[in-house]
Amino acid sequence: MGLLDYFRASRSKKGSAVVARERLQILVAHDRAERDRPSYLPKLQEELIAVISKYVKIDRSKVSVNLERGDRQDILELNIVLSEDTVPSR
Amino acid sequence: MARIIVVTSGKGGVGKTTTSAAFSMGLARRGYRTAVIDFDVGLRNLDLVMGCERRVVYDFVNVINGEANLNQALIRDKRSDNLYVLPASQTRDKEALTREGVGRVLEELAQTFDYVVCDSPAGIERGATMAMYYADDALVVTNPEVSSVRDSDRMLGILASKSRRAENNEEPIREFLLLTRYSPERVHKGEMLSVKDVQDILSLDLLGVIPESPAVLNASNSGVPVILDDHSDAGQAYQDMVGRYLGEELPHRFVDLPRKGFFSRLFGG
Ligand SMILES: Nc1ncnc2c1ncn2[C@@H]1O[C@H](COP(=O)(O)OP(=O)(O)OP(=O)(O)O)[C@@H](O)[C@H]1O
Ligand SMILES: [Mg+2]
Repeated sequence: MGLLDYFRASRSKKGSAVVARERLQILVAHDRAERDRPSYLPKLQEELIAVISKYVKIDRSKVSVNLERGDRQDILELNIVLSEDTVPSR
Repeated sequence: MARIIVVTSGKGGVGKTTTSAAFSMGLARRGYRTAVIDFDVGLRNLDLVMGCERRVVYDFVNVINGEANLNQALIRDKRSDNLYVLPASQTRDKEALTREGVGRVLEELAQTFDYVVCDSPAGIERGATMAMYYADDALVVTNPEVSSVRDSDRMLGILASKSRRAENNEEPIREFLLLTRYSPERVHKGEMLSVKDVQDILSLDLLGVIPESPAVLNASNSGVPVILDDHSDAGQAYQDMVGRYLGEELPHRFVDLPRKGFFSRLFGG
Protein backbone atom coordinates (compact mmCIF):
# COMPACT_ATOMS: atom_id res chain seq x y z
CA MET A 1 0.00 0.00 0.00
CA GLY A 2 1.47 3.35 -1.00
CA LEU A 3 1.35 6.58 0.95
CA LEU A 4 -1.56 7.88 -1.10
CA ASP A 5 -3.60 4.73 -0.54
CA TYR A 6 -2.89 5.01 3.12
CA PHE A 7 -4.42 8.46 3.37
CA ARG A 8 -7.32 7.43 1.22
CA ALA A 9 -8.02 4.42 3.42
CA SER A 10 -7.82 6.36 6.65
CA ARG A 11 -10.22 8.98 5.35
CA SER A 12 -13.04 6.58 4.57
CA LYS A 13 -14.41 5.75 7.99
CA LYS A 14 -15.71 2.23 7.45
CA GLY A 15 -14.54 -0.43 5.04
CA SER A 16 -17.22 -2.70 3.65
CA ALA A 17 -15.81 -5.55 5.75
CA VAL A 18 -17.07 -3.81 8.88
CA VAL A 19 -20.54 -3.62 7.38
CA ALA A 20 -20.31 -7.27 6.39
CA ARG A 21 -19.37 -8.25 9.92
CA GLU A 22 -22.22 -6.31 11.48
CA ARG A 23 -24.76 -7.74 9.06
CA LEU A 24 -23.51 -11.24 9.65
CA GLN A 25 -23.70 -10.96 13.41
CA ILE A 26 -27.37 -10.02 13.20
CA LEU A 27 -28.15 -12.53 10.48
CA VAL A 28 -26.52 -15.46 12.20
CA ALA A 29 -28.04 -14.64 15.59
CA HIS A 30 -31.44 -14.55 13.92
CA ASP A 31 -30.87 -17.83 12.06
CA ARG A 32 -29.77 -19.54 15.25
CA ALA A 33 -32.76 -18.33 17.25
CA GLU A 34 -35.02 -19.56 14.47
CA ARG A 35 -33.27 -22.91 14.42
CA ASP A 36 -33.63 -23.38 18.18
CA ARG A 37 -37.31 -22.49 18.19
CA PRO A 38 -39.41 -25.42 19.28
CA SER A 39 -41.57 -26.60 16.39
CA TYR A 40 -44.82 -26.01 18.29
CA LEU A 41 -44.39 -22.24 18.41
CA PRO A 42 -46.11 -21.37 15.09
CA LYS A 43 -49.12 -23.52 15.99
CA LEU A 44 -49.26 -22.06 19.46
CA GLN A 45 -49.24 -18.62 17.92
CA GLU A 46 -52.11 -19.48 15.58
CA GLU A 47 -54.23 -20.84 18.40
CA LEU A 48 -53.52 -17.89 20.66
CA ILE A 49 -54.56 -15.50 17.92
CA ALA A 50 -57.79 -17.46 17.43
CA VAL A 51 -58.66 -17.35 21.13
CA ILE A 52 -57.80 -13.71 21.69
CA SER A 53 -59.64 -12.65 18.53
CA LYS A 54 -62.85 -13.90 20.10
CA TYR A 55 -62.65 -11.11 22.65
CA VAL A 56 -60.68 -8.26 21.12
CA LYS A 57 -59.66 -7.20 17.66
CA ILE A 58 -55.99 -7.74 17.10
CA ASP A 59 -53.60 -7.18 14.26
CA ARG A 60 -52.11 -10.56 13.33
CA SER A 61 -48.83 -9.05 12.29
CA LYS A 62 -48.44 -7.54 15.74
CA VAL A 63 -48.47 -10.80 17.60
CA SER A 64 -45.21 -12.46 18.47
CA VAL A 65 -44.51 -15.60 20.43
CA ASN A 66 -40.94 -16.25 21.40
CA LEU A 67 -39.08 -18.67 23.53
CA GLU A 68 -35.95 -17.28 25.07
CA ARG A 69 -33.60 -19.86 26.43
CA GLY A 70 -31.64 -18.97 29.54
CA ASP A 71 -29.21 -20.86 31.70
CA ARG A 72 -31.61 -21.44 34.56
CA GLN A 73 -34.98 -20.87 32.98
CA ASP A 74 -36.68 -20.44 29.63
CA ILE A 75 -39.04 -17.55 29.10
CA LEU A 76 -42.05 -17.84 26.86
CA GLU A 77 -42.68 -14.32 25.74
CA LEU A 78 -46.02 -13.31 24.32
CA ASN A 79 -46.37 -9.91 22.75
CA ILE A 80 -49.71 -8.68 21.47
CA VAL A 81 -50.47 -5.19 20.29
CA LEU A 82 -54.18 -4.41 20.27
CA SER A 83 -55.60 -2.70 17.20
CA GLU A 84 -56.15 0.99 17.71
CA ASP A 85 -59.93 0.82 17.45
CA THR A 86 -60.15 -1.74 20.26
CA VAL A 87 -58.38 0.45 22.75
CA PRO A 88 -61.11 2.09 24.82
CA SER A 89 -60.88 5.88 24.77
CA ARG A 90 -60.51 7.48 28.14
CA MET B 1 -12.09 -48.58 10.79
CA ALA B 2 -11.86 -45.57 8.56
CA ARG B 3 -12.64 -42.05 9.65
CA ILE B 4 -15.28 -40.47 7.45
CA ILE B 5 -14.78 -36.81 6.65
CA VAL B 6 -17.32 -34.66 4.86
CA VAL B 7 -16.21 -31.57 2.97
CA THR B 8 -19.24 -29.32 3.09
CA SER B 9 -20.33 -25.68 2.89
CA GLY B 10 -23.94 -25.02 2.02
CA LYS B 11 -22.98 -22.34 -0.49
CA GLY B 12 -21.81 -23.41 -3.94
CA GLY B 13 -18.49 -22.73 -5.58
CA VAL B 14 -16.52 -22.02 -2.42
CA GLY B 15 -13.85 -24.68 -2.98
CA LYS B 16 -15.21 -28.00 -1.68
CA THR B 17 -14.06 -30.08 -4.63
CA THR B 18 -10.69 -28.33 -4.76
CA THR B 19 -10.34 -29.09 -1.04
CA SER B 20 -11.52 -32.71 -1.30
CA ALA B 21 -8.94 -33.39 -4.00
CA ALA B 22 -6.12 -31.66 -2.11
CA PHE B 23 -6.99 -33.09 1.28
CA SER B 24 -7.36 -36.69 0.10
CA MET B 25 -4.13 -36.47 -1.88
CA GLY B 26 -2.39 -35.00 1.17
CA LEU B 27 -3.54 -37.85 3.41
CA ALA B 28 -2.52 -40.41 0.79
CA ARG B 29 0.92 -38.85 0.37
CA ARG B 30 1.45 -39.25 4.09
CA GLY B 31 0.84 -42.94 3.75
CA TYR B 32 -2.81 -43.29 4.67
CA ARG B 33 -5.08 -45.37 2.48
CA THR B 34 -7.65 -42.84 1.39
CA ALA B 35 -10.80 -42.94 -0.71
CA VAL B 36 -12.50 -39.81 -1.98
CA ILE B 37 -16.15 -39.93 -3.05
CA ASP B 38 -17.97 -37.46 -5.29
CA PHE B 39 -21.50 -36.97 -3.91
CA ASP B 40 -22.40 -34.41 -6.57
CA VAL B 41 -24.76 -36.69 -8.45
CA GLY B 42 -25.64 -35.30 -11.86
CA LEU B 43 -22.67 -32.96 -12.13
CA ARG B 44 -19.50 -34.91 -11.43
CA ASN B 45 -16.50 -32.64 -11.01
CA LEU B 46 -14.11 -34.40 -8.71
CA ASP B 47 -12.78 -36.76 -11.40
CA LEU B 48 -11.85 -33.71 -13.49
CA VAL B 49 -10.02 -32.01 -10.65
CA MET B 50 -8.25 -35.32 -9.92
CA GLY B 51 -7.48 -35.83 -13.60
CA CYS B 52 -9.02 -39.30 -13.86
CA GLU B 53 -12.12 -38.49 -15.91
CA ARG B 54 -11.12 -40.74 -18.79
CA ARG B 55 -10.81 -43.76 -16.58
CA VAL B 56 -14.35 -43.65 -15.20
CA VAL B 57 -16.21 -46.86 -15.98
CA TYR B 58 -18.59 -47.38 -13.10
CA ASP B 59 -19.74 -44.85 -10.54
CA PHE B 60 -21.08 -44.46 -7.00
CA VAL B 61 -24.70 -45.10 -8.02
CA ASN B 62 -23.73 -48.25 -9.95
CA VAL B 63 -22.22 -49.58 -6.74
CA ILE B 64 -25.25 -48.64 -4.67
CA ASN B 65 -27.54 -50.35 -7.16
CA GLY B 66 -25.37 -53.47 -7.26
CA GLU B 67 -24.52 -52.97 -10.95
CA ALA B 68 -20.82 -53.01 -10.12
CA ASN B 69 -18.77 -53.85 -7.09
CA LEU B 70 -16.55 -51.36 -5.31
CA ASN B 71 -13.32 -52.70 -6.76
CA GLN B 72 -14.64 -52.20 -10.27
CA ALA B 73 -15.72 -48.64 -9.57
CA LEU B 74 -12.79 -47.31 -7.53
CA ILE B 75 -10.18 -45.56 -9.65
CA ARG B 76 -6.64 -45.78 -8.36
CA ASP B 77 -4.77 -42.52 -8.58
CA LYS B 78 -1.75 -42.61 -10.90
CA ARG B 79 0.36 -40.49 -8.54
CA SER B 80 -0.33 -42.20 -5.26
CA ASP B 81 -0.96 -45.88 -4.64
CA ASN B 82 -2.86 -45.00 -1.48
CA LEU B 83 -5.52 -42.90 -3.16
CA TYR B 84 -8.75 -44.07 -4.80
CA VAL B 85 -11.54 -42.04 -6.37
CA LEU B 86 -15.19 -43.06 -6.45
CA PRO B 87 -16.77 -40.87 -9.13
CA ALA B 88 -20.30 -39.46 -9.06
CA SER B 89 -22.96 -40.70 -11.36
CA GLN B 90 -24.28 -38.45 -14.09
CA THR B 91 -27.80 -39.70 -13.64
CA ARG B 92 -30.43 -37.03 -13.22
CA ASP B 93 -32.22 -39.17 -10.68
CA LYS B 94 -31.74 -37.31 -7.40
CA GLU B 95 -33.19 -40.24 -5.48
CA ALA B 96 -30.33 -42.46 -6.56
CA LEU B 97 -28.45 -41.93 -3.32
CA THR B 98 -30.31 -43.77 -0.60
CA ARG B 99 -29.29 -43.56 3.03
CA GLU B 100 -29.13 -47.31 3.23
CA GLY B 101 -27.10 -47.62 0.01
CA VAL B 102 -24.63 -44.91 0.98
CA GLY B 103 -24.24 -46.54 4.38
CA ARG B 104 -23.45 -49.89 2.81
CA VAL B 105 -20.75 -48.43 0.53
CA LEU B 106 -19.16 -46.45 3.36
CA GLU B 107 -19.13 -49.48 5.59
CA GLU B 108 -17.37 -51.54 2.96
CA LEU B 109 -14.81 -48.78 2.35
CA ALA B 110 -14.26 -48.39 6.08
CA GLN B 111 -12.92 -51.93 6.28
CA THR B 112 -9.92 -51.32 4.05
CA PHE B 113 -9.30 -47.58 4.15
CA ASP B 114 -7.95 -45.24 6.82
CA TYR B 115 -9.86 -42.19 5.60
CA VAL B 116 -12.93 -41.70 3.44
CA VAL B 117 -13.40 -38.15 2.19
CA CYS B 118 -16.88 -37.17 1.01
CA ASP B 119 -17.05 -34.25 -1.43
CA SER B 120 -20.48 -32.74 -0.80
CA PRO B 121 -22.52 -30.93 -3.42
CA ALA B 122 -23.73 -27.40 -2.67
CA GLY B 123 -27.07 -26.79 -1.00
CA ILE B 124 -28.78 -28.50 1.88
CA GLU B 125 -30.75 -31.07 -0.08
CA ARG B 126 -30.41 -34.77 -0.59
CA GLY B 127 -26.85 -35.00 -1.96
CA ALA B 128 -25.49 -32.72 0.74
CA THR B 129 -27.38 -34.38 3.58
CA MET B 130 -26.28 -37.83 2.35
CA ALA B 131 -22.66 -36.70 2.23
CA MET B 132 -22.75 -35.51 5.86
CA TYR B 133 -25.01 -38.13 7.42
CA TYR B 134 -22.36 -40.74 8.26
CA ALA B 135 -19.51 -38.29 8.91
CA ASP B 136 -17.16 -38.42 11.87
CA ASP B 137 -15.51 -35.11 10.98
CA ALA B 138 -16.61 -32.13 8.90
CA LEU B 139 -14.47 -29.64 7.03
CA VAL B 140 -16.65 -26.58 6.68
CA VAL B 141 -15.31 -24.74 3.65
CA THR B 142 -16.07 -21.05 3.87
CA ASN B 143 -15.21 -17.96 1.85
CA PRO B 144 -14.80 -14.62 3.64
CA GLU B 145 -18.14 -13.42 2.37
CA VAL B 146 -21.52 -12.78 4.03
CA SER B 147 -23.55 -15.44 2.21
CA SER B 148 -20.90 -18.12 2.56
CA VAL B 149 -20.45 -17.58 6.31
CA ARG B 150 -24.18 -17.61 6.83
CA ASP B 151 -24.58 -20.84 4.87
CA SER B 152 -21.74 -22.43 6.81
CA ASP B 153 -23.53 -21.60 10.02
CA ARG B 154 -26.68 -23.21 8.71
CA MET B 155 -24.70 -26.27 7.73
CA LEU B 156 -23.37 -26.43 11.30
CA GLY B 157 -26.96 -26.55 12.49
CA ILE B 158 -27.65 -29.46 10.16
CA LEU B 159 -24.49 -31.32 11.21
CA ALA B 160 -25.55 -30.94 14.83
CA SER B 161 -29.08 -32.22 14.34
CA LYS B 162 -29.45 -34.37 11.22
CA SER B 163 -26.37 -36.59 11.21
CA ARG B 164 -26.22 -40.19 12.29
CA ARG B 165 -24.17 -39.20 15.31
CA ALA B 166 -26.81 -36.65 16.32
CA GLU B 167 -29.69 -39.04 15.77
CA ASN B 168 -28.03 -41.78 17.83
CA ASN B 169 -26.97 -39.37 20.57
CA GLU B 170 -23.33 -40.21 19.96
CA GLU B 171 -20.38 -37.90 20.31
CA PRO B 172 -21.02 -35.07 17.84
CA ILE B 173 -19.22 -34.65 14.52
CA ARG B 174 -15.88 -32.83 14.93
CA GLU B 175 -16.19 -29.62 12.97
CA PHE B 176 -13.32 -27.65 11.45
CA LEU B 177 -13.24 -24.35 9.62
CA LEU B 178 -11.34 -24.06 6.38
CA LEU B 179 -11.31 -20.51 5.10
CA THR B 180 -10.59 -20.43 1.37
CA ARG B 181 -10.06 -17.81 -1.33
CA TYR B 182 -8.60 -15.51 1.30
CA SER B 183 -6.91 -12.32 0.24
CA PRO B 184 -4.75 -10.65 2.92
CA GLU B 185 -4.47 -7.54 0.73
CA ARG B 186 -8.21 -7.07 0.59
CA VAL B 187 -8.56 -7.75 4.29
CA HIS B 188 -5.90 -5.15 4.95
CA LYS B 189 -7.84 -2.63 2.89
CA GLY B 190 -10.96 -3.36 4.89
CA GLU B 191 -12.72 -4.89 1.89
CA MET B 192 -12.91 -8.46 3.10
CA LEU B 193 -13.88 -10.23 6.31
CA SER B 194 -10.79 -11.28 8.24
CA VAL B 195 -9.97 -14.71 9.63
CA LYS B 196 -10.86 -13.39 13.05
CA ASP B 197 -14.22 -11.98 11.89
CA VAL B 198 -15.24 -15.34 10.46
CA GLN B 199 -13.94 -17.27 13.44
CA ASP B 200 -15.73 -14.98 15.90
CA ILE B 201 -19.00 -15.70 14.18
CA LEU B 202 -18.65 -19.42 13.56
CA SER B 203 -16.48 -20.26 16.61
CA LEU B 204 -14.88 -23.31 15.03
CA ASP B 205 -11.38 -24.75 15.16
CA LEU B 206 -9.46 -23.20 12.29
CA LEU B 207 -7.89 -25.95 10.24
CA GLY B 208 -6.42 -23.68 7.61
CA VAL B 209 -6.59 -20.56 5.51
CA ILE B 210 -6.16 -21.11 1.78
CA PRO B 211 -5.25 -17.95 -0.11
CA GLU B 212 -6.93 -16.88 -3.33
CA SER B 213 -4.42 -18.19 -5.81
CA PRO B 214 -3.97 -18.61 -9.56
CA ALA B 215 -2.36 -21.97 -8.76
CA VAL B 216 -5.82 -23.43 -8.08
CA LEU B 217 -7.08 -22.82 -11.62
CA ASN B 218 -3.79 -23.99 -13.07
CA ALA B 219 -4.08 -27.18 -11.09
CA SER B 220 -7.66 -27.88 -12.07
CA ASN B 221 -6.88 -27.08 -15.71
CA SER B 222 -4.36 -29.86 -15.73
CA GLY B 223 -6.18 -32.29 -13.46
CA VAL B 224 -3.57 -32.20 -10.71
CA PRO B 225 -4.68 -31.56 -7.10
CA VAL B 226 -3.14 -28.22 -6.12
CA ILE B 227 -1.48 -29.76 -3.05
CA LEU B 228 1.02 -31.37 -5.44
CA ASP B 229 2.15 -27.91 -6.53
CA ASP B 230 4.75 -27.64 -3.80
CA HIS B 231 5.84 -24.18 -4.84
CA SER B 232 2.45 -22.55 -4.77
CA ASP B 233 0.96 -20.71 -1.80
CA ALA B 234 -2.32 -22.64 -2.05
CA GLY B 235 -0.48 -25.96 -2.31
CA GLN B 236 1.56 -25.20 0.78
CA ALA B 237 -1.50 -23.97 2.66
CA TYR B 238 -3.25 -27.26 1.89
CA GLN B 239 -0.17 -29.22 3.03
CA ASP B 240 -0.26 -27.37 6.35
CA MET B 241 -3.95 -28.01 6.70
CA VAL B 242 -3.44 -31.76 6.26
CA GLY B 243 -0.70 -31.63 8.89
CA ARG B 244 -2.98 -29.84 11.34
CA TYR B 245 -5.73 -32.34 10.71
CA LEU B 246 -3.26 -35.06 11.65
CA GLY B 247 -2.46 -33.26 14.88
CA GLU B 248 0.57 -31.14 14.04
CA GLU B 249 0.76 -27.64 15.40
CA LEU B 250 1.68 -25.33 12.57
CA PRO B 251 1.50 -21.55 12.34
CA HIS B 252 -0.92 -20.14 9.78
CA ARG B 253 0.97 -18.86 6.78
CA PHE B 254 -0.55 -16.69 4.02
CA VAL B 255 -2.79 -14.90 6.48
CA ASP B 256 -0.88 -11.66 6.82
CA LEU B 257 0.40 -9.32 4.17
CA PRO B 258 3.91 -10.19 3.10
CA ARG B 259 6.33 -7.81 4.74
CA LYS B 260 7.69 -5.24 2.42
CA GLY B 261 10.68 -2.97 2.66
CA PHE B 262 10.23 0.61 3.80
CA PHE B 263 10.43 2.08 0.31
CA SER B 264 7.99 -0.24 -1.34
CA ARG B 265 5.60 0.47 1.52
CA LEU B 266 5.99 4.15 1.01
CA PHE B 267 5.55 4.19 -2.73
CA GLY B 268 3.32 1.17 -3.25
CA GLY B 269 4.01 -1.78 -5.47
N1 LIG C 1 -8.03 -20.82 -3.22
C1 LIG C 1 -8.55 -20.56 -4.44
N2 LIG C 1 -8.02 -19.60 -5.22
C2 LIG C 1 -8.54 -19.33 -6.44
N3 LIG C 1 -9.58 -19.99 -6.98
C3 LIG C 1 -10.17 -20.96 -6.26
C4 LIG C 1 -9.70 -21.29 -4.95
N4 LIG C 1 -10.46 -22.31 -4.47
C5 LIG C 1 -11.36 -22.59 -5.43
N5 LIG C 1 -11.20 -21.79 -6.51
C6 LIG C 1 -11.99 -21.79 -7.75
O1 LIG C 1 -13.35 -21.65 -7.43
C7 LIG C 1 -14.15 -22.43 -8.29
C8 LIG C 1 -15.02 -23.36 -7.47
O2 LIG C 1 -14.20 -24.31 -6.80
P1 LIG C 1 -14.72 -25.75 -6.45
O3 LIG C 1 -15.24 -26.44 -7.65
O4 LIG C 1 -13.67 -26.43 -5.66
O5 LIG C 1 -15.94 -25.35 -5.50
P2 LIG C 1 -17.11 -26.27 -4.96
O6 LIG C 1 -17.43 -25.75 -3.62
O7 LIG C 1 -16.76 -27.70 -5.09
O8 LIG C 1 -18.26 -25.92 -5.99
P3 LIG C 1 -19.70 -26.66 -6.09
O9 LIG C 1 -20.51 -26.11 -4.95
O10 LIG C 1 -20.21 -26.24 -7.42
O11 LIG C 1 -19.44 -28.13 -5.97
C9 LIG C 1 -13.21 -23.18 -9.21
O12 LIG C 1 -13.14 -22.48 -10.43
C10 LIG C 1 -11.89 -23.12 -8.49
O13 LIG C 1 -10.81 -23.13 -9.40
MG1 LIG D 1 -17.86 -29.34 -6.01
